[in-house]
Amino acid sequence: MAVLELERDVATEAPVRRPRRVGMLFIGSVAWIVLIGLSAIFADWLPIQSPTDMDLLAKRAPLFSPGHILGTDHLGRDELSRLIYGGRVSLLVGLLAPVIGVIIGGCLGMVAGYFRGRLETFAVGGVDVLLAFPPLVFVLAVTAFMGQSVANITIVIGVLGIPAFTRVARAVTLTLSEREFVTAARALGATHSRILMRELLPNVALPLLAFFLLAVAVTIVVEGALSFLGLGVPPPTASWGSMIGEGRENLDIAPWLAFLPAGFMFLTVLAFNVIGDTLRALTDPRPGAL
Amino acid sequence: MSAPLLSVEGITVDLPTPRGPLRAVDGVDLTLAPGSTLGIVGESGCGKTMLSRAILQLLPKRAKLGGRIMFAGRDLVTLQPEELRRLRGPELAVVFQDPMTSLNPVLTIGTQIVETLQAHLGMDTVTAMRRGVELLAAVGIPAPEQRLRQYPHQLSGGMRQRVAIAIALSCEPKLLIADEPTTALDVTVQAQILDLLAREQQRRHMAMILITHDLGVVAGRTDEVAVMYAGRVVERAPTPKLFTRMRMPYTEALLAAIPKLDSPPHTPLPAIAGRPPDQTRPLKGCSFEPRCRYADDHCRSAKPPLADPERAGGLFACWHPL
Repeated sequence: MAVLELERDVATEAPVRRPRRVGMLFIGSVAWIVLIGLSAIFADWLPIQSPTDMDLLAKRAPLFSPGHILGTDHLGRDELSRLIYGGRVSLLVGLLAPVIGVIIGGCLGMVAGYFRGRLETFAVGGVDVLLAFPPLVFVLAVTAFMGQSVANITIVIGVLGIPAFTRVARAVTLTLSEREFVTAARALGATHSRILMRELLPNVALPLLAFFLLAVAVTIVVEGALSFLGLGVPPPTASWGSMIGEGRENLDIAPWLAFLPAGFMFLTVLAFNVIGDTLRALTDPRPGAL
Repeated sequence: MSAPLLSVEGITVDLPTPRGPLRAVDGVDLTLAPGSTLGIVGESGCGKTMLSRAILQLLPKRAKLGGRIMFAGRDLVTLQPEELRRLRGPELAVVFQDPMTSLNPVLTIGTQIVETLQAHLGMDTVTAMRRGVELLAAVGIPAPEQRLRQYPHQLSGGMRQRVAIAIALSCEPKLLIADEPTTALDVTVQAQILDLLAREQQRRHMAMILITHDLGVVAGRTDEVAVMYAGRVVERAPTPKLFTRMRMPYTEALLAAIPKLDSPPHTPLPAIAGRPPDQTRPLKGCSFEPRCRYADDHCRSAKPPLADPERAGGLFACWHPL
């Protein structure tokens, strides 16, 4: 074999990892999510009162009352306990609904963007129909016929999220499919499924993940809004949205009943957004210019 | 001469445009023997890339293809997609112009090589990794073990093109199409990449089509050269013959447009005046006629065929050969 002009055994240094700095905001956000998440998971074992036990003698107890650190609501139920159990519902719906959207919408969008043609027309048309359908009417119809439950709410919000994920996935796939590495993969005899799974998916996954975390934040708010309207989980199950709704009637005498769950929701949504932004910036192997 | 590995017969490619169909490739015939190299030269937009995409059957979906492409006894135009897919990689491979975009930005070099080997040759991960290291070493990449773990953006342009070549070579193809493999690279790296391609081509006894706009690139590195203009081959001859006696005025103009080191300072570079013809409105006569200094009425009224009227061993399409 011919001698190369480059020396073979020059030891190049191992690739140096870019210093990855994360701010206090990110650490705080992770801490908050971990705290909320763990307390939601282990709520049954925590030394807190039942979220549905009423103590009518201690209605609307103020903050830091003995036995009720965060007070009680208008039926004398422990506010801290309701916040933790309410977080359970909010997080469950907030995480699972976007999963439905990202899986169905992501597949639909990638297939539409890659194969184009009639498939794309159908996918985009279907998504447009879903977008044009008034979401509140859809929620009302589902809850009226199938009943109000956490599962139904999750499915409804998840389905409503499909169009957005489809559009993101399709837009990203469209531009990527034109790129030469896809042609190169085809020139190497890659099958369509291989190109979709190995060439396109890793590229589409990053923007989808960022969008997913955004969707989690939005879903928590939407679930809150639905519960506030009385379309969410049925009482007496607590959720942050329904707590804000109930607290609204006592804003003049016990404003914390509305502001506490609102604050929890605000912090959680903010934390998810911060984490989403930071993760995207950290995991993107492509440096700015592409 | 042995039976040709590739023979292209009367290939036409039509691209739909808002102003009507554009004939990007207009009746091209080529043959390529196993282990030999063919250079395709022409300026931007002359159809050389479309011709290579036609051979690979990787044309844009809306493009219309006509003619026959016989590769190792099979007609690629009528081949089933699944059979065609199986040919790509182990038989046909390609190196693209821009190594910045021909590698997947979010997968490591190793993943991209190893998966190709696994998919085509059914190797297990360990064997494929070892083979990947060998391949990277063969294309002149220092410290290949470490490079395998890196992403494309961590490599220089020349390195990336070496990786792209390594991937193309990984399944020992019988025909490699190099589509302007050095256009996006520094001049200092160009010669290295071309030498690498020539060396691997000889070592593997692989046929190669080298597409370029630079006559200097094909000189000395190819057995035969085809010069393309406006979708047609206008001159085709064995490389030494072409450079000692070129017959087509366009080839002469192309060669004259290469800057020369020994010309005195401030010598004007003889550019070819005018622009290539609008291929949605084909000319009746020779397509180079509007820019040709030898053109006369005969050139305007009749298209010269690609022929060898003097039996000199080289084909050209011109009424007034040099």
